[in-house]
Amino acid sequence: MALPERQTDVGPPHFEQFLPPVIKKNYGKWKHHEIITPGTMVHVAESGDEIYTIRAASPRILSTETIRDMCDIAEKYCDGHLRFTTRNNVEFLISDKAQMDPCLAELKEKKYMVGGMGPRISNVIHTQGWVHCHSACTDASGIVKAMMDELHEYFTTKSLPNKVRLAVACCVNMCGAVHVSDIAVVAVHRKVPVIDNAMVGKTCEIPTTVGSCPTSAIRPNPKDRTVVINEDKCMYCGNCFTVCPPIDIHNPEEDGVAIVVGGKIGSLRTSPKFSKLAIPFMYNEPPRWPKVVDAIKNIIDVYAANAKKHERVGEWIERVGWEDFFKLTGLEFTYQHIDDFTFMRDTLRTSAAFKY
Amino acid sequence: MGKHETPMLDELEKGAWPSFVTEIKKARNTSSMPEMAEDELGQVEKSFQTKRGYWKHGGIVGVLGYGGGVIGRYSSLPEEFPGIAHFHTYRINQPSGFFYTSEALRMICDIWDKYGSGITNVHGSTGDLVLLGTTTENLEALFAEYSSRGWDLGGSGSAMRTPSCCVGMARCEWANIDAMGICNHMTQHFQDELHRPAFPYKFKIKVSGCACDCVAAIARADLSIIGTWKGNIRIDQAEVKNYADGGMDIQSEIVDMCDTQCISYDGGEFKINDEQCSRCMHCISKMTKALRPGEEKGATILVGSKAPIVVGSLISWVLVPFIKCDDEDYALLTELTENIIEWWDDNAKPRERLGELIEVKGMRPLLEAIGVPPQPQQVKEPRKDPFFFWSESDFAK
Repeated sequence: MALPERQTDVGPPHFEQFLPPVIKKNYGKWKHHEIITPGTMVHVAESGDEIYTIRAASPRILSTETIRDMCDIAEKYCDGHLRFTTRNNVEFLISDKAQMDPCLAELKEKKYMVGGMGPRISNVIHTQGWVHCHSACTDASGIVKAMMDELHEYFTTKSLPNKVRLAVACCVNMCGAVHVSDIAVVAVHRKVPVIDNAMVGKTCEIPTTVGSCPTSAIRPNPKDRTVVINEDKCMYCGNCFTVCPPIDIHNPEEDGVAIVVGGKIGSLRTSPKFSKLAIPFMYNEPPRWPKVVDAIKNIIDVYAANAKKHERVGEWIERVGWEDFFKLTGLEFTYQHIDDFTFMRDTLRTSAAFKY
Repeated sequence: MGKHETPMLDELEKGAWPSFVTEIKKARNTSSMPEMAEDELGQVEKSFQTKRGYWKHGGIVGVLGYGGGVIGRYSSLPEEFPGIAHFHTYRINQPSGFFYTSEALRMICDIWDKYGSGITNVHGSTGDLVLLGTTTENLEALFAEYSSRGWDLGGSGSAMRTPSCCVGMARCEWANIDAMGICNHMTQHFQDELHRPAFPYKFKIKVSGCACDCVAAIARADLSIIGTWKGNIRIDQAEVKNYADGGMDIQSEIVDMCDTQCISYDGGEFKINDEQCSRCMHCISKMTKALRPGEEKGATILVGSKAPIVVGSLISWVLVPFIKCDDEDYALLTELTENIIEWWDDNAKPRERLGELIEVKGMRPLLEAIGVPPQPQQVKEPRKDPFFFWSESDFAK
C-alpha cells in the first residue's frame, strides 16, 4: 500500500483540538481547585463550571495495549479526553461529575493505582536504564518498580509533611531532573575506564575526547593515536565514554548507585535547591535492589517523623542541619561527602557554631 | 512463556506498582514485530543477570531532510537477540500540555504497532512522546504516516529540543502566563532549529505558569520561562475565615512559613505587605480559595540550568526579572529568546551549554548582547572580591 505524502516542519498538532469543551471555554479563567482525595481533584472556573480530574500511576514504559485501555476508559467517562502529567501519570478529565464514581470503580477493577496528589509521593521521574540506553550503569525502571512496590501507600493514601519527589537516573547524564529531587538515586562508576587503544585511533576524535573530561584527566598520546588517562584525576563520570566508546567505563561488579537528597524545584518558601549526597555508593542488586529500597524508606521515615508540616526534605534538613540529618538517619559520613569538585568553597563549614 | 526465560524480570511483575515488564510483554500481543519485545525482554533479563547494558552507542539514522528526532540504537548482541539488532527511538513532538483525545492516541498506537515494537514512553524526559524500538527501514514509513497526519518529530542532538510546559491556563488558576500557548508558539517558531542540528549543543526551553514550576523549567532548561505577577495578591477574607474555621493553623502554616515574613493575621483580617512579597507561591498554594496572584501578569526569564555533565549541574539564573507575555505571538519573548540563542551560538564551543558559556564569559556580555541592564534581582549578592573588569563604555559614562 502506498504511503501518505510526508510533510516537514509542521510541528506538533495545536493543543486546542484536544481540550475538553469545558477547558476550552474556561481557558485562563480558573478560580480555584481542591484536592478531594489523594487521586481526585476539582477545578472551578470563574463561570462556576467544574472539571474533575482522576490521576493514576503509570510505569511510563507503556504498551500500545495499555494506551488503548486508557483510551477505552477516557471514551466511557471523559468523552475521549485524557492527558499525562509532567511526572508521567495519566489523568482522566471528567466534565460530568456523575461519571466520577463509575470511572473510579472501573480503574479499581482494572488495578490502576489512583493517587499522587498533594503531600505525597507522586510518580517517579526516571531514565531508560538497561531497557534502552548505552551508558546506563543500573536499571532505572527496575529500581522504580522495586521502590514503589514498597512505597505505594504514599501514592494512594498516606500523607507526608509535603510532597516528596523521587527520581532515578541510570548514569550521571541524568536525563530528568534528578539533581533537584527530594530523594534521588543516581548510578555511578567507581573505576577508571579501560582504553581499547587500537579502536580509539580508528573511531574517536582525539581533541573532543580530551576536551570531554571535566577534571582534565585525559591527555593525547599522538604517537599511538590514542589518549592516556591520569588515574589520580579521574572522577569516573563517563563523559569520555559518551564521546569515545572504546574508552569503556563499565565495570559491572563495581558500578552501582548513590543516593542524593534535599533538592527542590519550586521557589515556595525557600529557593530551589540541588540534591546533595547522602549515600555515596550501594551495589546493584537486581531485580529488587533491597538495600537501596530500605535506605530510601529510612530517609522517608526519618523525614516524616521530624519535618514540620509543609517542609520539603531539603527545607527540613537545612533547618536541623546536615550534621543532624546524618545523626537522625544513621547514615555514615565519608570522605566522598566532602566536595572536592568545583563547588568545594561553597560547601565547607565556615562557622564555629554547629551541632554534635 | 516467551522465547527467553526471564526469572528476574518476572519477579518485577509482582507487587502493587504498575510493572514495566508487563508492559513490554504486552507489546508482543499487538505489534506486527513481536520478536522485538521478545528479544528486548531477553536482553534486559541478561542485563539484570550480569549487571551491565548491551546497547551500542547511537548511530546516525534519521529521516530525509532532518538531522534529528530519531536516536539510533543497536544491540551489541545481535546474534543472540536478532529482534533488537535495530531498536531505534522515534521521538514524536507532544502537543503542549500533554493533552490528547483517545482518537489521536489510537492512531499513534495503530501506526506504531504496524511499524515498531509497540513499546512507548509516555513521555520521555524532555517531553516527547517516545516510541521505543524500530528498524532503519521503517523510519521513512513512520515519518510519512505521522507527519501526514500532523504529528512531527521531536528534537535530538545539537539542536533545539522539543519545548515543554506545565498544564498552564488549561487547568490551573495559578498560571500567570499562557504556558501552553507559549510552548506551542516556540515549538512552531523554531521548527528549523529543532529538526536540523546546527547549534553548539542541545538547547532546551521549558515554560511553567508559576513559581511552583511543575515542568521543572528552573532545573533542566537552558531557557526557563516562569510565570509571575506584579501588584497585590488578591485576598478573599471570607475564604480565609473558612480555612481558619476548617482547622488550618494560619499562623504556623502560612504566616510563619512566609519567605519574606510579609503576612500578618490576628484571627480577623489577613494582611499582606505586597511590597515585601517575593511571590514564592507558598501562601497561594496552601489557600487556593482565599488567595490569588496579582493581576499584572508576566514571566521571569532564567537561563543556564542543566544536569551534571560536564562541569557540574546548574539551576537557572535570573536574567530578566519581568517580561510581559501577552503581546501578539509573544513577540517580546520570542525576540529575547532569539537574541539569547544567537549570543550562545556565536560564542559557545562544541558541546558547551548556555550555562557553561556564561560561566566562562561572565553574565555581562550576555546582558549587553540582549540589551538588558544589570539589576539586583539577577544576583543573590554582589561579588565579594575587588577584582572586576572595566570596559571603555564604563569610562564614557
